Amino acid sequence: MSAAPAEVELPQSGEHTTPDKPWVTIVWNDPVNLMTYVTYVFQKVFGYPKPKAEKLMLDVHHKGKAVVAAGAREAMEHNVEILHGYGLWATVSSDS
Amino acid sequence: MEAFRPAGGGGASASFAAPEAALLRSLIDQVVGLLSAPGAGEPSPGGPDGGGLDLDALPGAGEHDDPDAGVPGAAELDAMLGLDEPVSPPEDPALARLLPDAYRDDPDAAGEFRRYTEQSLRLAKQETARTVLETLPAEGGPVKLSGDQAQSWLRALNDVRLALGVRLGVTEEFEDQWQELDPLDPRSAAFEVYAWLGSVQESLVQALA
Repeated sequence: MSAAPAEVELPQSGEHTTPDKPWVTIVWNDPVNLMTYVTYVFQKVFGYPKPKAEKLMLDVHHKGKAVVAAGAREAMEHNVEILHGYGLWATVSSDS
Repeated sequence: MEAFRPAGGGGASASFAAPEAALLRSLIDQVVGLLSAPGAGEPSPGGPDGGGLDLDALPGAGEHDDPDAGVPGAAELDAMLGLDEPVSPPEDPALARLLPDAYRDDPDAAGEFRRYTEQSLRLAKQETARTVLETLPAEGGPVKLSGDQAQSWLRALNDVRLALGVRLGVTEEFEDQWQELDPLDPRSAAFEVYAWLGSVQESLVQALA
């Protein structure tokens, strides 16, 4: 027989669970991925028009990284999972 | 090789010479092998080669534990709880590039994400690789891809280039790296293969864009 726990401390909602906290999907520069391929993936995955996809690709290439999407954490994790499937170097980050 | 051209229904077609087909099939095979290898901190069931017998798949396995019938063993419990899923990136840098961390500065979040997604990512990448093996005749010749098959080729070609790029230490100055090598250096041939793979993938992107 075991004693019932006296008090269960529920985790306080910290920064990771604040619902309105914006999260972002970041794509990092990579020496292997072709520029045309990265543009194509941005069009395909996010439905971006080609000029926007190209601008993001050039940001990744010249600045080392680019924020390619923003929103709920779960949606950003879903993006990253898809982008890893395409071989892009993508991460999730809280926008702060 | 005849470069990829657009085909109907979002597909693409190309033609490969026999040595090109053999080379590409071999590289794809190696990526499938890489993706089947255990990652960091996971026990390698068959020793250092990572192969090994799947004891659970052998006939008769699990038939003599009647006293425990219905009670999950430790391994099954681990699997149910996800405890045997990897939480740290693979040690092999080429494999780690194919299965990257989803969080850059948060190892706990990266581990949690990996625990729930790495296995399916590995399987998806193996599946795209197998699509290439199924549609590229070993003796070479024409390749005609549906839209879905072309998407698999695109990803599989990229995975091969990523793995080879890591192995060769390719940087943004790839052309310079290649030219500085002695033509007799074995890496020079590998750089040539890497460049060829890039041209194949580029032609496929152009055919699909």
